[in-house]
Amino acid sequence: MTMVADRPEGLEEASVATPEFEKAAERAASRRGFLLSLPAYAYLVLFFAVPLGIVMMYSFATRNRFGGTDLSGWNLNAYRKLGEPIVRDILFRSLWLAILTTLICLVVAYPFAYFIATRTPLIRNLMLVFVMIPFWTNFLVRNYAWRVLLGNDGLFTNISEALGLGERELLFTTSAVVIGLVYGFLPFMVLPLYASIERIDLSLVEASRDLYASGFQTFRRVLLPLSMPGVIAGSILVFVPSLGAYVTPEILGGAKTTLLGSYIVTQFLTARNWPVGASLSFVLMAVMLVATLVYFRTGGRNL
Amino acid sequence: MSDRGDHQVSEQIAAVKLTAITKRFGSVVAVDNVDLEIADGEFFALLGPSGCGKTTTLRMVAGLEFPTEGSLKIFGDEAGTLPPNRRPVNTVFQDYALFPHMTVEANVAFGLKMQRVAKHEITGRVQEAISLVRLEGLEQRRSRQLSGGQRQRVALARALVNRPKVLLLDEPLGALDLKLRQEMQGELKALQREVGITFVFVTHDQEEALTMADRIGVMNEGELLQVGTPAEIYEHPVNRFVANFIGQTNLLDASVVSNDTVCLANGVHIPGKSDLPVGTRVAVCLRPERAGMHPPEGVPADQQSVVGRLESVTYLGNALVYTVVLDWVRLEVRRENQPGGYRPHVGEEVAVSWTLDAISVVRA
Repeated sequence: MTMVADRPEGLEEASVATPEFEKAAERAASRRGFLLSLPAYAYLVLFFAVPLGIVMMYSFATRNRFGGTDLSGWNLNAYRKLGEPIVRDILFRSLWLAILTTLICLVVAYPFAYFIATRTPLIRNLMLVFVMIPFWTNFLVRNYAWRVLLGNDGLFTNISEALGLGERELLFTTSAVVIGLVYGFLPFMVLPLYASIERIDLSLVEASRDLYASGFQTFRRVLLPLSMPGVIAGSILVFVPSLGAYVTPEILGGAKTTLLGSYIVTQFLTARNWPVGASLSFVLMAVMLVATLVYFRTGGRNL
Repeated sequence: MSDRGDHQVSEQIAAVKLTAITKRFGSVVAVDNVDLEIADGEFFALLGPSGCGKTTTLRMVAGLEFPTEGSLKIFGDEAGTLPPNRRPVNTVFQDYALFPHMTVEANVAFGLKMQRVAKHEITGRVQEAISLVRLEGLEQRRSRQLSGGQRQRVALARALVNRPKVLLLDEPLGALDLKLRQEMQGELKALQREVGITFVFVTHDQEEALTMADRIGVMNEGELLQVGTPAEIYEHPVNRFVANFIGQTNLLDASVVSNDTVCLANGVHIPGKSDLPVGTRVAVCLRPERAGMHPPEGVPADQQSVVGRLESVTYLGNALVYTVVLDWVRLEVRRENQPGGYRPHVGEEVAVSWTLDAISVVRA
């Protein structure tokens, strides 16, 4: 507890420090810290923990014939349904796309983050602002912009035609979804990578070159291991929202590329199968939880 | 006396040879038309104040900077445009730049691994290098678990294990405290003798350069002012800057009258050898420990002197430093703390004296 200990009530008269006084003072400080953080606790419990508990309850419930949910007679039927080929395919497709998006982001963002991190402070800050500028526009609007770019008469088809590659329709394909996801989450990769590369002493790169390492070897043996915390943080920040992405696949993907996010929404709103929607939500959360734990484990071991 | 030391490296190929090397950063000239030869097996110091271009010069030899102009040869081969991994030199960096994610052993083995040396040979050479710098038992430590002196040794081992033709050291002792620094000075010197590799080190500490180097190159504002042995540089500095930078010195303004006479600023002609043209503004360099002190009327006949008033005496234990004020200059005289002898009091008139071989005439 970093809070400065106050004089506890009832011990005002004590003028010489005693172990009892010290303990009482520590207790008082810790009590006050708890009271001050109470609003945050209350907010989290009320609007996060309680709803989460409700979702969990529903995931063990049964859908009745009328599209309602019976909360009596708990069972694992909803979870069993996740093993069915349709759901399994969606799960694996989502996982695959999230991994692909993460890898592409990593490959694209790393050189860029390194470039920013090795500029002068002024240029560095300017470039970081550029990275964040897209956030000033609504996410939905940016996705619709991609719809125009990837669409029938959009930039990409025009370029592909001009290059003699024929008319290529990108919109409503898996590629379109990946392009959209990479675009949307790239800053989440760039920023942690930048933060960890920026902390690396660049004389280590010089030392590596001096010790006969090529540029690539220097990257593999020195830069990459030292920037691992950033690599892992960025990967999780991209992987987790990609896995549950809803807006981008809805706008840029077609019917054939249903992903987890859309499927869950469908279960709640169209199919009215709340238990399956709830159980899928929980599986998604479990995957994210594992990813986060991996981060803390490896992050803690590194340096 | 020599301006630029191109002696003693005549026959064999120089370990490092810079010819008209210039490095510009934008409009700033960091290294200005430097010529320098460093002999094989030499312990060479590049000495100068910060920002004088000494580190840039070293980095050009390492390949961490490319020269703007000029030729840089390492053992006869043009190397100025080679990347650092293709030069037969290794560097001990100022803050050591040890890889924090590797053990001592892995740090030392790094260069050999990159050169694809056979595994069993790496093990042997790494052990050898680690014992050379007396770090046995610390192989599995990380750099953050080491003291400053130990880090310095790892950096040395990591460079030496590659058996470079030239070892470059950038302020190698700068990060150590005084006691350790003095210890390491001796160790470095002994190590260099043992391995026989050419060492080039950069320092701003003149005492360090005098103590360790076989030869010293003094730099200022990008220019190499003088190259020579510590004795040559200390006793025959080429100009005022070098005289001032190396050790304590008194500089008396003067001008050349003939090749063995100069005229001091107070109008007195004194003997002073120089090969500079008549009328050149010069300074007479008189080291405090080479100056004598006598009562004004008691100066020995074979000595020159100027008379001033004793302003202060600083007691150093093993020596006393007297500050004598004249109306045109302030002089320091350092006397060993011997019993007896002349002990003037503050405020008295004293004569500061010197023999002809105690002074040198330098360009102002």
